[in-house]
Amino acid sequence: MRKKRRSHLTVAALSVVALLATACGGDTGGGDPGAGGGVEGPTITVGTVDFAENRILGQIYGQALEHAGYDVEITENIGNRELVAPQLEDGNLDLIVEYTGNALRFERGGEDVEIRDEQEVYDALNEAYADKGLTALRMSEAQDVDAVVVTKETAEEHGLERISDIAGFEGTFRFGGGPECETRLSCFKGLEEVYGLDNVEFVPLDVAGPITVEALKSGEVDGANLFTTQSAIVANDFVVLEDDQQLQLPQNIVPVIRQEIVDAYGDDLVSLINEITTSLTTESLTELNAKVEIDQEDPDAVAEQWLRENGFLEE
Amino acid sequence: MVAPGGRLMDAIVETFRWLTDAASWTGPRGVLARSLEHLWISLVPLASAMAVAIPAGVLAGHHRRGQAVGAAISNLGRAVPSLALLVFGLLLSVRVLGLGFSFWPIVFTLFFLALQPLFTNSYTAVREADPALLEAARGQGLSERDVLLAVELPVASPVILTAVRITAVQVVATAPLGALAAGGGLGRFIIDGFGQKDDGQMLGGVVLVAVFALLVEFAITRLERRVVPGPLQGRTDAAAVVATGRAN
Repeated sequence: MRKKRRSHLTVAALSVVALLATACGGDTGGGDPGAGGGVEGPTITVGTVDFAENRILGQIYGQALEHAGYDVEITENIGNRELVAPQLEDGNLDLIVEYTGNALRFERGGEDVEIRDEQEVYDALNEAYADKGLTALRMSEAQDVDAVVVTKETAEEHGLERISDIAGFEGTFRFGGGPECETRLSCFKGLEEVYGLDNVEFVPLDVAGPITVEALKSGEVDGANLFTTQSAIVANDFVVLEDDQQLQLPQNIVPVIRQEIVDAYGDDLVSLINEITTSLTTESLTELNAKVEIDQEDPDAVAEQWLRENGFLEE
Repeated sequence: MVAPGGRLMDAIVETFRWLTDAASWTGPRGVLARSLEHLWISLVPLASAMAVAIPAGVLAGHHRRGQAVGAAISNLGRAVPSLALLVFGLLLSVRVLGLGFSFWPIVFTLFFLALQPLFTNSYTAVREADPALLEAARGQGLSERDVLLAVELPVASPVILTAVRITAVQVVATAPLGALAAGGGLGRFIIDGFGQKDDGQMLGGVVLVAVFALLVEFAITRLERRVVPGPLQGRTDAAAVVATGRAN
């Protein structure tokens, strides 16, 4: 029997270990080998960023491809986008799961992106990818957006509903997030530059992980960066502040693949990936996240179960 | 692939640039403030571990018992990987004692890490005191207390101080781990630089930690020369081999 509902701190503690594993390159894991008939061609290396949702998504695509007979290698927990995205360009990875808005911002060197329309962001992203030999395949309706989150008590006590309301916060608003949050426009940097808040202070924690959740709960920070599909928000009654200045771009989930791989395998590969992408929803993602983050299930097991339920593993 | 040589040069240039930028040094999160934090998160656990482990080791060495128990307890801190100790420190600080993230988790970690070399060396140093010397002291009618304070301790002092020096360097060099658990100190630059893909900051942090450790080593070496009785100087490093042994 799997032990349910371990304390957040145990998770926090374990995530420290995971962080180090991250720094070392992470582990490689695959589904069951030899399930499919075997398709001739190059190995497809799937890489994932170091948080639960991206690991689940990487496993979903990776396992489905493996089951369909492609030679797949899944490398989990590599690190953040700053580390993972260049690996795709360098050819060390072939497939990663991205979020349209943040990926576009990253491709443009962290500058602000004016557009807010989903399709326009997607098109702009593919334009940026074109000369790098990368392709963003069909995007999902599922979105996972960076959010400014406070506890219910903080929201009520200081009358916080929108991010702009932070301007009226008495004293310094301590905002926690992963180390990269500080320099990202979609995160802390955006609070200062887009919202023009001058009473905010950054506190480096982990990337929307257990340490961040615990710091928010214990009042060590006043607000924190979490993702909208994160189970911790509902589980702890946190309040997501409204992004009234549209700091956030649309963040549709989108698999990004090296064009070489698409050329090598053709339409069969693309249509399988697109089918999976179309089946993903924001709600199902939140549920999958809860299974990993709260129920402590393994991302690969959660992914396999989802693939089974959605008919991708039948034969 | 970019030529690795080019990247390395870039990284060195970036590091130099970061280290020479005045903005890196000032402010509540600059090098100066972080160095002070680093000193603090190293000094508190080192001083507490010294207060516990040295008297315990000296007494155990004098009475020649309790060694097994003491070694078993203090060895735990060394046999367990530092990262696991940090996990333990984190749970102890936040969950059990409610002391929060930024300071105590790493302090607990370093405290447990420092116990073993201090205890083992204090014990060994006192126990290995020349038996002829002790016999002479007792023959002159010195009380057990005087034997301990006037003979055994001075004779043991070079080894104990060497253990303090080696432990201090280890504590200072391990303190950056705390940044993994939202802690402060110079490790912050390494973790933040890594996350922000800022090579200059990350490698600058590495350089600073190394320099900090060397300064600590230097300072304690100077102290040793002042504290250790003249005739006993020089036998220090040879006798303190135990200090460097891990989980021995």
